[in-house]
Amino acid sequence: MTISRRRVLRGTLAGAAVTVPLPFLDCFLNGNGDALAATGEALPVVFGTWFQPLGLNPGRWIPDTTGPNFENKVELKPYDRFRDRMNLISGVRYFLDGRPNETHITGPQIAMSGEIPVASTSAPSIDNLIADVIGTRTRFRSIEVTLDGTRRSVSTRAGAPSATPAEPSPAALYARIFGPEFKDPNAAEFTPDAGALARKSVLSAVSDVRRNFAGGLGAADKARLDEYFTSLRQVEQQLDIELQKPAPLPACTRAGSPDEKSVGALVSEVESNSQLFASLLTHAVACGQTRVFNVLVGYGTSALRRAGSNETWHGWTHEEPIDDKLGYQPNVTWFIEWANRTCAAFLGQLAAAKEGPGTVFDRMVVLWQTDHGIARSHTMDNLPVMTFGNAGGRLRTGLHISAPGDPAARVGLTVQQALGVPVSSWGALSNATARTITEIVA
Amino acid sequence: MKLVSAFVLGVMIAAPVQAAEAVRRLSADQYRNIIHDVFGASIELGGKLAPDLRLEGLSAIGAARVSITAQDMEQYDAMARSIAAQVVNEKNRRQMVGCAPASPSAPDDACTGAFLTKAGALLFRRPLTAAEKDAHVAAARAATVATGDFHRGLSFALAAMLSSPQFLFRETAATPYAKAARLSFFLWDAGPDLVLLEAAGRGELDTPKGLARQVDRMMASPRIEAGVRAFFSDNFAFDGAAVPKETSLFPKFSTRVAADAEEQTLKTVVDLLLTQKGDYRDLFTTRKTFLTPDLAAIYRVPVASDVPNGAPETWTAFEFPEGDQRMGILTQVAFTAFHSPPGRGSPTLRGKALREMVLCQKVPAPPADVKFNLVNDTSNPLYKTARKRLAAHRENPVCAGCHKIVDPLGLALENFDGAGEYRTQENGETIDTTGELDGVAFHDAAGLAKAVRDNPATPACVVNRLASYALGRVPTASEGEWVRVLGKDFAAHGYRFPDLMRAIAVSDKLNGAN
Repeated sequence: MTISRRRVLRGTLAGAAVTVPLPFLDCFLNGNGDALAATGEALPVVFGTWFQPLGLNPGRWIPDTTGPNFENKVELKPYDRFRDRMNLISGVRYFLDGRPNETHITGPQIAMSGEIPVASTSAPSIDNLIADVIGTRTRFRSIEVTLDGTRRSVSTRAGAPSATPAEPSPAALYARIFGPEFKDPNAAEFTPDAGALARKSVLSAVSDVRRNFAGGLGAADKARLDEYFTSLRQVEQQLDIELQKPAPLPACTRAGSPDEKSVGALVSEVESNSQLFASLLTHAVACGQTRVFNVLVGYGTSALRRAGSNETWHGWTHEEPIDDKLGYQPNVTWFIEWANRTCAAFLGQLAAAKEGPGTVFDRMVVLWQTDHGIARSHTMDNLPVMTFGNAGGRLRTGLHISAPGDPAARVGLTVQQALGVPVSSWGALSNATARTITEIVA
Repeated sequence: MKLVSAFVLGVMIAAPVQAAEAVRRLSADQYRNIIHDVFGASIELGGKLAPDLRLEGLSAIGAARVSITAQDMEQYDAMARSIAAQVVNEKNRRQMVGCAPASPSAPDDACTGAFLTKAGALLFRRPLTAAEKDAHVAAARAATVATGDFHRGLSFALAAMLSSPQFLFRETAATPYAKAARLSFFLWDAGPDLVLLEAAGRGELDTPKGLARQVDRMMASPRIEAGVRAFFSDNFAFDGAAVPKETSLFPKFSTRVAADAEEQTLKTVVDLLLTQKGDYRDLFTTRKTFLTPDLAAIYRVPVASDVPNGAPETWTAFEFPEGDQRMGILTQVAFTAFHSPPGRGSPTLRGKALREMVLCQKVPAPPADVKFNLVNDTSNPLYKTARKRLAAHRENPVCAGCHKIVDPLGLALENFDGAGEYRTQENGETIDTTGELDGVAFHDAAGLAKAVRDNPATPACVVNRLASYALGRVPTASEGEWVRVLGKDFAAHGYRFPDLMRAIAVSDKLNGAN
């Protein structure tokens, strides 16, 4: 469906009895719905992360050739249909620099923020660095989901002592995005919500007295209060967005309300919820609600398991003998292949969601990372990192790049630069790098 | 305590500056308790707050490190609006707001001011400053104008209080009100009531006698039970997130059983420590407990239910007979099943939990390249029991160091499977439950229970934990003498837990110099 600019203006005028500023004209889409009309710029870019625990099996994923036209080995076969729209960077490393390897925790920390936190205070993770640039004009700066029923993401804010909470339930995420506060950008009329106007004036009336927090605050407490006020500004920003007539987005339709399904660590629950999340996130992106999302399959020690089995994926990595004939742990391998199939199905939904002449996936890049090279021995080298999607032409795709021993942060740095983050190096100590993966820079 | 009309508070009184206290975020339970205290238990909170951060074994310590992320803020904001809307709805407004506006569609600063002053003092745990009152009245006025509805406007101003830092974090200013808040969060897991705030306003908490009078009043209140439960829930890491069990292996275990199991242990604690005023150490050997029919199925004892299907379970007091291996909270489902993975029991996890939660000892994390091939393969014919599997594992010297500290304790509980059900054999072989704790040998779970009860680390640990819980941090080296004296007095008076709470509540470590 396309919407002419004339029709949009007419719709807006019909609702013009209300005193809200009209949106900037440069938010209006062109006739094809694939670019902004005033400037001809492409639709905004979207960044996602997919974090999957417990690595891959050596010998079963690194393609025999580098460069274009590589052939996925068995564990990455599920991604065959994305072969020309993905990059595989093999052999990279997380550096410990003499710090203890807190298994399944240190890996996500380095992967997401390029460094190991000092004490329990973290550096901002890559999704936050990118959201600072591309996530400031959407209702949700970013959306975090987990697939294993837990509530912890791998996303961290600067200085925060723990990971950002994540949503395990598709039904709850639906309510958060498409509940009563959702404004359909394609609605003919726009009436700003009186409640939102009232809330905005309330926030402004109390903003000064909120600053008078009684107590002699140390530096750490000041930082914590500062984070509160940063978070509050995001609520205010959501209100501002609710009060503006949204730019029409022809591909936007309200997602269907998902049935309340069971949320948990059984693979059947994860598969089903991952599909529901894919649909919700697709609609959220198409409707301009967010431009950043994080999907966590589960931390390494998560309870992911098959029904009827007494052991978790994590448990198998420790206890299962390597099969002499196969040369790998069969149950662990089942989970690895299952997780990659689940990821491919998730990406498949994004790539099937029509938007203009293409799909929502065309303006995305999804960064795939894991915690260990070989889960069984918790190695931090010979790691895979993948990117899916070309971010609206900002990345070249279809390449296998071998970067043995290089910091994994090279990939994150490349993606940040491609998405417009003004940064020339990323990471700390040995994980720091100023070298992008030039082959994939468009 | 509902809002009452008489509310007289004194002026803010400056107190001597005390040692730096970190700002603590309200826990989810404290948030709920305050809302229910101020507006009544009929208010539904809706929404879920982010899980607490556990540091040094306590989320009370983590609370002094966490902040409020954007996602948390969104949740707090939505909950605040939902709560405020219930407070002013047609059903509740007469009782909860307490005054009616001159017009239902226009601002009324007098009614607004009266309500927000009362509610604000309980929510901020001190009288509002003049600027705070003016700002919130102005907020209500603006919101009423925007919505054309007095009560809706008022609800937005109340919601603003509920999402303000003065409510969500505990202020640390050296005032009698901050002192009152420390007492009430410690003893009741909730904010101060009007009586305590008024006592603070009159300066009573600044004299040892006045402080003792308030502490004794709070200790005598039934709300002390919430305080005791909050501490033990925190110390035992009861956060409603017990490990799910594989249902094909443990069909009797469910999320309801997990919730009942937590409640069973808390009921045992409250009964022994508060109702019976018993010896803290007897928690590890008591045969008295409480069961629901679902739990009784796991314990294999007869407890009948006469409630209709689907109705809430009833609790029945139950005493295990002399000679039974069920003795004390370590043999309860909330210990044995919660410290086991989904499909089996784990001597290592149970031993580690016992060392850390009950004896306050630190167990190092396993090395990064640990291989558990032998440990968890329950089908290996060479190693039919966990003891044999762990013995094989301990042949690796890197692993032996820690396992020899934790395994002997956990192995004594091997008669309880992954869901806490009693068994004598594993894979057809009789389970050997012998072991020793700090030189005291035992043969079974009951022997372990007695050894834990009589170990000097057991009462010393709870003293240290309770002090940390009250302070929101581990006591400093300079507070070591205070903790030692607390422990000595605890022992001298028969290890009565309420006495220990009282001693901490009246101490100058919690209250600053008196």
